[in-house]
Order: sequence, then structure tokens, then C-alpha cells
Amino acid sequence: MSAEAPRSPAGLPPRDGPPYLEMRGITKAFGSLLANDHVELSVRRQEIHAVVGENGAGKTTLMNILYGLVHPDAGEILFEGKPVRIRGPRDAIAAGVGMVHQHFQLVPVMTVAENVVLGQEPGGIVLDRAGSVAQVRELSERFGLIVDPTARVDTLPVGVQQRVELLKILYRGSRLLVFDEPTAVLTPQETDELFEIFRGLVAGGKTVILITHKLGEVMAISERVTVLRQGRNAAVLETARTSPAEIARAMVGREVLLRVERDEAHIGAERLRLDGVKADSDRGLPALAGVDLTVRSGEIVGIAGVSGNGQLELAEVVAGLRPVTAGHVYLEGRDVRDQSAAERRANGLAYIPEDRHTRGLILPFEVKENLILGSQSKPPFAVHGQLRWPAIDERATSLIRQFDIRPPNPDAPASSLSGGNQQKVVVARELAEGPKVLVAAEPTRGLDVGATEFIHRELVEKRDEGLAILLISSELDEIFSLSDTIAVIYQGRIVEVMPSAAASRERVGLLMAGGSVEEVTPSAAQIAQAAALQAAAAASSAQDYASREGSS
Amino acid sequence: MDIVGLFVTVFARPDLWAGTLRFAAPLTLAALGGVISERSGVVNIAMEGMMLVGAFFAVLVAAATHDIVLATLASVACGGLIATVHGIASIHLRANQIVSGMAINLLALGLTSFLMFRFYATSGTPSDIPALPDLKLPVIYGIPFVGAVIGDQNIVVWLSILAVPITWWFLFRTRLGLRIRAVGEHPRAADTLGVSVFEIRYLCVILSGLLSGLGGAYLSLSVAHSFSDNMTSGAGFIALAAMIFGKWHPVGAFLACLLFGFGQSLGINLQGTGFPDQLVAATPYVLTIVALAGFVGRAVAPAADGIPYEVGE
Ligand SMILES: Nc1ncnc2c1ncn2[C@@H]1O[C@H](COP(=O)(O)OP(=O)(O)OP(=O)(O)O)[C@@H](O)[C@H]1O
Ligand SMILES: [Mg+2]
Repeated sequence: MSAEAPRSPAGLPPRDGPPYLEMRGITKAFGSLLANDHVELSVRRQEIHAVVGENGAGKTTLMNILYGLVHPDAGEILFEGKPVRIRGPRDAIAAGVGMVHQHFQLVPVMTVAENVVLGQEPGGIVLDRAGSVAQVRELSERFGLIVDPTARVDTLPVGVQQRVELLKILYRGSRLLVFDEPTAVLTPQETDELFEIFRGLVAGGKTVILITHKLGEVMAISERVTVLRQGRNAAVLETARTSPAEIARAMVGREVLLRVERDEAHIGAERLRLDGVKADSDRGLPALAGVDLTVRSGEIVGIAGVSGNGQLELAEVVAGLRPVTAGHVYLEGRDVRDQSAAERRANGLAYIPEDRHTRGLILPFEVKENLILGSQSKPPFAVHGQLRWPAIDERATSLIRQFDIRPPNPDAPASSLSGGNQQKVVVARELAEGPKVLVAAEPTRGLDVGATEFIHRELVEKRDEGLAILLISSELDEIFSLSDTIAVIYQGRIVEVMPSAAASRERVGLLMAGGSVEEVTPSAAQIAQAAALQAAAAASSAQDYASREGSS
Repeated sequence: MDIVGLFVTVFARPDLWAGTLRFAAPLTLAALGGVISERSGVVNIAMEGMMLVGAFFAVLVAAATHDIVLATLASVACGGLIATVHGIASIHLRANQIVSGMAINLLALGLTSFLMFRFYATSGTPSDIPALPDLKLPVIYGIPFVGAVIGDQNIVVWLSILAVPITWWFLFRTRLGLRIRAVGEHPRAADTLGVSVFEIRYLCVILSGLLSGLGGAYLSLSVAHSFSDNMTSGAGFIALAAMIFGKWHPVGAFLACLLFGFGQSLGINLQGTGFPDQLVAATPYVLTIVALAGFVGRAVAPAADGIPYEVGE
């Protein structure tokens, strides 16, 4: 299926000669684990090249090698046919590579401008602060990436933070832009905007490598796809001549059901009820403005909404991590207002938090320790206040097998796992104790198609066994394929609850956006922005920011 | 009434204020060093040891060469050298920075005591060593009160005061300062932009050693005019407290040092008046504890302070 014939998509200049970037025979072992095993990657100039693969397939490792953050054991990197030695990010930047990392690399307490210019600041000994602000403002206007250069980064929503990351690499004049799962934290609208930006950049002469787990995105934007499986090349596919099913098969090595099979729900007694719940956000502003909601045994209730409309607070209020300012939360009919998070857990509540790094895991702890967190003082894991390691090992081994956590090593620190496998650890732990109510916030964020399918099946299975599930997701696909009942949240209020059989995407989408009538055709502003981007990108490659005097 | 009268008299003494500046000077130098080091993400509780080493070698070189410039340079260099040890342990070897700092303090104490015994066991340090000069300011010296407070201060007092705006400017206005703060907050982000975390951290730790070493030289060559075992007697830790009290900011740390210097000076000026001067001397530290307990707003350390950086995590 791999087609090597050069092809020039309409509207782009022909691209002859050697590929723009070639990575040959890249090999990297972490201990006994081969993260990259003779991996080949070839990217043409002005291509949008997708790199896909299961969690832990080695995508981030490969890109970190390209960026000089990880040193390969073997292999070479060539730009336009010429070998280049990349010893660190400095070399990569000099070679024209820019990278937006899977986890953002921004200094939260500094301003946008400071984050952008860091390492290549204007000025002599003294930092030219006005100059930095002016340059960043000019850049953001030229590329249509609207952001206030003087704002502190930690005050910005994630979508805007991503723009800052993009400005960082544009400022450095990078010609090869690497994005490691940029859309994982974006809303569908933000994703569309980002892709519009990609198209503009490519038309202006840049080349893009995109890592994503969302096959829809691969199909929508990429020209070719490199598929990795367990550290090795599995396929190189022309997007125009392939299908999501074929990509998924290459990734996983078997057929993948991209749709969940779901029987009729057998809905039982009420398990979780919220009655007029109000709560504040971390900044002390009202985040929930009177939420009424019921989840019954054997039912999945999906909360649809644009992130930031109170979903996080809703999950935390139920989990017992955030005080309610008014209203009541009932678990199996009992008011749990005065119950701590631990007491709620003991009473059968499980919680898959949205942010696995800060809430879901203790990263330096071993996988097996993470797998029993929350149950660590109960038998069989602890007797007379002492941990019983045989029982812990046994639980860990069985969960690792059941959830296919890779590498299957209970003693590895959680921090060494790939993002997707970290998520599996959280899900495995939360389902292990046979909960009665589960709050699942973005349960498949960052997961590959196989793992997503697995977790979806697991959730549906538990629901068939009578678990009551409150599913919070910013992926409409996930909401629609899992939920029995869909509730739309907007500005801290549940604006409508409907059986999923009766719900249409259009209606849910409309309610998520606040119920206002949306324009169907792209607005004039969007079209103008795309045109401006193309022109700006072309101009910038001519001037080439890279020629700016470097750091140190 | 009596007490009020006593304090009015004491507060009117120029000695009290001149003493405040004198006591604050070495604290300020060490505290600024601490600010620079911790802003880059390396916890530094070793100022005490660096000062002690600086103090000893200042005397040693002064006695041998009778050259005050060489003696001062030696103390600064030795402070920097021992700071490098802390740097290697906490940056390259990723040791626990508190443990490393403590080890440096103990090492400095042992080393200087040993050398003291080795060189000056019987007689104590020689008394004919040169001193750091006082600066007699022409016009100002003649002004009543003011002249007595600042008209004849030691050169290091002026240097320490000058170091405050310079440190502020360095950290908050220069390109290097931006990098230092970025490394202290989010080393990974800095690394991905080609900023060398290790280089920056070494630079900052060594700078803290240079400043502390100068503070030590001031203690031995100006204040005491000799060296004795453990002569810093906790000044480095007071500087550490000042750094935290000052919220890792050069100006804040300086103000805290002035407060501590004032406390010491007040204690001395109350001696012989019958007032329990130890009580007064203790007030600044009580204030620090109150401040640290959160009454003056929470003190926030740089986010990556004390966390060793690992490449390719
Ligand atoms: N610093 C490290 N130490 C040990 N193992 C590591 C390290 N970094 C990555 N690995 C392992 O290497 C393998 C590949 O990881 P990598 O992060 O490249 O996967 P990925 O394809 O990006 O996965 P995901 O889609 O989940 O982000 C994983 O098994 C991971 O556990
Ligand atoms: Mg990854």
C-alpha cells in the first residue's frame, strides 16, 4: 500500500530531489525497552505528514530525537539529503525545526512575549522588552494568531496557550514544524482554526509533522501517514488512497471497531443525584449555577459542552474535591455534603480525573503503587497498618494484563509510561474496586484508537453490570457513541437533558454554543484570515527569521 | 515612661543606624547570592559555609601578602570554589540540595577550624593584617547625624547596597536574567528553546558563592579584624531567612536584611541600659516566623527550586 511515487497536490509547486527530512534507521532503547527500532521517516517539503501509532509506539520519542531532546543509539538525520548532527535543541532550532510538545513547555508566571523570545531575546546585554512585545505583536498579527503579548501565560486558556507555542516556533523562523498531539486539548472549533493555520503555513512554504490519535484529523489534513507499531515502521500510506479502517489496522495489527457496540440500557434505581448544585471555580467565580442531574444504575449520562463551562467543577463536586456553595449531592439517596473524598470512595464512588498528571497519578511512584492508590489502607493491600506487597503485586499484574498496560512492568515509575498507558493505569484502578458510581472526565484523552475502543467497551460492559456513569467529554463522538442520556452544559447550567436516541449533533452543537444560531458557511473573516496567513507565511520564509542572531 | 525615654535616647544615637548598615551588609551580600541561586532553581542553604570559607581565606591571604585587594579576591574566589562543589553535587549529580548545602556548611566549618589550628594554633590570627577601608565622604561627613551614620562606612557596606539594584537589574532587565528565571520556573521549557539549564545553574550557584565570600571577607577583615572558629555564627542562615522573608526578590531580601541588622544593632545599643537586650535582639526572628507563617502574604519560591534537572526525561 505504501506509495512512493512523488505527487504534487494541486496548487503546490512540484517538489523534486531528495525529501526535505529523512530519518534513517533511528534506534533508541530505554533500558530493555526498544522505543524506536530502526525507524524510517521521510517527509517532503510543504507536506503535512501525519505520524500515528498506538500509545507507546514511539512517536514522541522519534520527535524528541529529531529535536535533540533524546539522543538516539543509532540512525541518522538528513535535511535535503545532507546529514545533520543534532546534539541538542539548539542544533535542531538552527536546522529549522520547531516543536510544539505533547505537554506544553511554557513558563506559567512569565508573559507571552517573554515565553516567545526566551533563548533568542532581542537586545544586547539588556533585554529589549518593548522590542520583544512589538515583535511578538507583529508576528501574531501577521499570522492571525490573536494573543496579548503582555498577558501572563497562566491566565490564558489552553487554546490560547497553544497559539503561544506556535508563535514560539514561528519566531524562530522554523521551517519544519512538529506538533505532538496538538488537538488533544482543543475544542473542535479550535482544531478547525489550527488546521486552517496549518494550511496557510504550508502554502507559505513550511512543512508540518502532525502526531494525532484522531483518524478523522489524519484524513482531513494530511498528505501522507507514517504508521508506527511497537517502535517499528508499520506502513507509509497516501491519505487520499487509504481509509481510517486501514490506518487503524496498520496501527494495531488487527481489525478495530471504530464504533462501540451497545445494547439497550437496563436502567435501574437512582444512584447519583445533583439538586441545585452551585460551586465556584478556582478563581472564586461562580462555575456551577444550579445543576440538577440524575444518573441511574446501568445508565451512561454524557455531559456535552465546550470545555470550561463548568465540567471540571461538576466532576470535582461529585468526587468531593470541591465544596458546594448551594444545593445537594446524593449518592444512592444519601446526602454526601459532609463526606470527604475518601468516604465517598469507600461508599462506591470512582473518579477518572481530567488531568492524569496532577490528579490521577503520583508520577514518581511505581505503576503497582499507583494501581492501588485509594485502597492502600484496606485489606488485602494493608493489614494492621502495613502494606502487603504480595497482594499489591498480584493486583498489579492482573490489571496490567487485563488493561494491556505497556510495558507490562509493575515496578516502572508511572512517569516513564507513555501518556496513553498512564491513562490506562488510572482507568484500571478506578474500575478495579467494583464501584457503583463512576465519574469519568475525558476518559480517553490522548488514547490511541485501540485503547479508546478498549476503554469504551469496558465502560459499556460495566454499565451493563449496573454501574452508573457520569461521562464528561469534549469529544462529541465519544458522547454520542457511549451515552444513553445526553445533558448539555453551558455556562455552569445544564441547558437540556435528552435521551441520546432523540438527540441530533446539530442540536447538541447549537446548545453547547449557547443556543445562538450558527452560520453554516465560513464567515468572511475566516476566509480573509486564511488568505492573510498564506501571504504572511510566504513573506516570512523569504525574510527568514532564522537569520536573526542566535542565543548565547 | 521610663522605657519610652530609653528608646528615644537610643533611637537618637547615630550608632544605632550606622550599626544597622554594618550588620546588614554581609547579610545582604549572602542573601542576594541566595536569591540568584534559587531563582535559577538551586536551593542554597550553604551561604553560611561559603561566608566562613571566605572569611578564613581573606585573613590567610591578608596575613601572607599584606595586600587587601588580593585578600578580598581570594575570599571571593574561595567562596566561588566551594559553591562549585555545591553546584556539582546538586546540578550534575542531582543530589538532594538541602543535604548538599548542609554538607558544605559542615565541610566549611571543619576545614576552617582545621586550617585555623594548623596555621594559627597558638597565637590566633595576626593583628597586623590590612583592613577593608572605610570611605570618609567629604561633605556628608560634616553633616550632623547623617555624617555619623553614613559618612564613614566601610567600602563593603556601600558595595552591598550597590549590589541590590544591580542584582535586581540583572535578574529582571537583562537577557541572561530572563533565562535564569525561566530555568528556575520551568527548566524543561528553557531547555527546549536551546537554553542550557546546567550552564545557567552553575553560573548562578557560583555567583552566590562569590557574593557570600565577599560577605565573609567583610566579617573577618573589617568587623572582627581576625578569624576565629565558626565566626559567622549563623549569619548565612539569617541571610537565608532574609531571602525567604524577602520573597526571593533582591529588594525584599535587602529590606529583610536591614530589619535583621537593625535588630542586632538595637540589641548592642541597649547593652548596659538594664533593658533585656536579648529580647530585643530576638524580635526580628520572631517577626520572620510570623511572616513565614503567612501573615505577610504567602512566600512563593520559584517553581523548580530544589528539583534537579534531568535531560531527556
Ligand atoms: N524517559 C523514558 N524512560 C523510560 N522509558 C521511556 C522514556 N520515554 C519513553 N519511554 C517508553 O518508550 C515507549 C515509547 O514512548 P513514546 O512516548 O515515544 O510513545 P508515544 O508513541 O508518544 O505514545 P503516546 O501516544 O501515548 O504519547 C513507551 O513504552 C514509553 O514507556
Ligand atoms: Mg506521545
